[in-house]
Amino acid sequence: MPSTALTAAHPLKDVTTSDSALRRFLHGLPGVDAVGLEGRAASLGTRSIKTTAKAYAIDLAISMVDLTTLEGADTPGKVRALGAKAVHPDPTDRTTPATAAVCVYPDMVTAAKEAVAGSTVKVASVATAFPAGRAALDVKLADVRDAVAAGADEIDMVIDRGAFLAGRYLKVYDEITAVKEACGTSARLKVIFETGELSTYDNIRRASWLGMLAGADFIKTSTGKVAVNATPANTLLMLEAVRDFRAQTGIQVGVKPAGGIRTSKDAIKFLVLVNETVGEDWLDNHWFRFGASSLLNDLLMQRQKLATGRYSGPDYVTVD
Amino acid sequence: MSDERLSVFKTYKLYVGGKFPRSESGRVYEVTDSKGKWLANAPLSSRKDARDAVVAARKAFGAWSGATAYNRGQVLYRVAEMLEGRRDQFTREVADAEGLSKSKAAAVVDATIDRWVWYAGWTDKIAQVVGGGNPVAGPFFNLSSPEPTGVVAVLAPQESSFLGLVSVLAPVIATGNTAVVVASERSPLPALSLAEVLATSDVPGGVVNVLSGRTAEIATPLASHQDVNAIDLAGADEELAKELEIAAADNLKRVLRPQPVDYAETPGIDRMTAFLETKTVWHPTGSLGASGSSY
Repeated sequence: MPSTALTAAHPLKDVTTSDSALRRFLHGLPGVDAVGLEGRAASLGTRSIKTTAKAYAIDLAISMVDLTTLEGADTPGKVRALGAKAVHPDPTDRTTPATAAVCVYPDMVTAAKEAVAGSTVKVASVATAFPAGRAALDVKLADVRDAVAAGADEIDMVIDRGAFLAGRYLKVYDEITAVKEACGTSARLKVIFETGELSTYDNIRRASWLGMLAGADFIKTSTGKVAVNATPANTLLMLEAVRDFRAQTGIQVGVKPAGGIRTSKDAIKFLVLVNETVGEDWLDNHWFRFGASSLLNDLLMQRQKLATGRYSGPDYVTVD
Repeated sequence: MSDERLSVFKTYKLYVGGKFPRSESGRVYEVTDSKGKWLANAPLSSRKDARDAVVAARKAFGAWSGATAYNRGQVLYRVAEMLEGRRDQFTREVADAEGLSKSKAAAVVDATIDRWVWYAGWTDKIAQVVGGGNPVAGPFFNLSSPEPTGVVAVLAPQESSFLGLVSVLAPVIATGNTAVVVASERSPLPALSLAEVLATSDVPGGVVNVLSGRTAEIATPLASHQDVNAIDLAGADEELAKELEIAAADNLKRVLRPQPVDYAETPGIDRMTAFLETKTVWHPTGSLGASGSSY
């Protein structure tokens, strides 16, 4: 199902006409039962996924990884190495699927594009003054246009958490729509809420709806730059939001937990959440991604373990 | 009301990464003394406990191998001090495990503590014995120095549950390796109590990890584990040792084959050198002038 923006005729379009209407709508969303949410996320985390199901889950998880490097010290060489790893995660086993994308800063998009040329791997670029998002709208838009012009297939933007927490929802909405416009038709837009800074589950639910109303193709938990990143509970909450959004509007939105997911076991728990909350429609790297870097190595070691029957070690995967 | 106290039974647990977890599998098995009387339940480790222990040992390796030899010696001596304080407990456990009289068990415990002190003294001396400068035909300093191998899986001897255990464990960590120890299958209690001593001395968590259970069950995944660098087969019987050696060949593990050892005798440095690798560095001394070396 292609993701499109809401048509002007849709009843939900009305809620974005003014700041007060938007606030009324977002604050009218049902409150989150925090204990229930965490309990459900925890209970789904206890599923035992073994043998063939585990092999399937590991390959699926590898194909969903947005292999990320977002450091001040990134060099074109490091991005090239990352690109090579994204295309062939395990050079000793060419049956390993490629990852979904590499995720870099805008000035590295060109290098990343070259590195993954000829493969299915997409290039995602963070933009809009990542990770703080504290810059003027013009600057953010220039950042986005720059990345799109360099060939980015996906843009990961951060919302203005300051405006969101101050209750200026329409400002956040307008910013997302402006960025969406700057992405044009060529790039998909991922909207990062930085859930660790939103304080409450209610805020995460509101942010999810706000992002989806504004035309996000993906909603993403975190930048990976703060203490609390993706957790099963906040990802479950966002999955519920995309499920409800599709039920109301027919528009499917992707979800990307990012940061703090380091082991295969964790990744498989997230896949269980996806399957049990939104179903198979999202079990595809077009609709669900992992923002991670060290996760891939653990997935590869688990894959080697399944293939050979012996435990692998960090000496048998690349250092990045 | 009677004056009799309720018995306080001890729950023996594994020692992994500086913590005392139960087995991931939730299993335990009955440990009896030499006459078949029930002593306690010990955790029956699974291959996943072995995997977790290797991860912990790998994590601890950098800091432990990077610590100065002098510092490692001090830490190991501290372990001996702690052992001394628990002498009575170990005497009782060794007597139960090996069917010794109290005085004989006490002698074994004393020998064990002395063994520990002996190895503690070796940490900063082994390099002088097995390393050194090599004479070479060229303008170079040529230096060989011993380096720890990495993560070592240690199958503790089955019969000598305490002295034997320390005799195989201490040389591994004295040289800067980290260890995953599989305790004696029939009498694991002294090993599990030794873990409590290690936890309360200054040995960083993960340097020694102690597992109890069926030796064959735990040793098999350890022998084939790609992130284990060496394995000491002291506690394996002939058939198991052969199997493990084949599995260990996959990533070229260093293997120390089981051999008849009298643990009461002075051990020599063989067990230390078994898990050392020699790094040789060539350092240019500058050009040789007409009058010979320029230094």
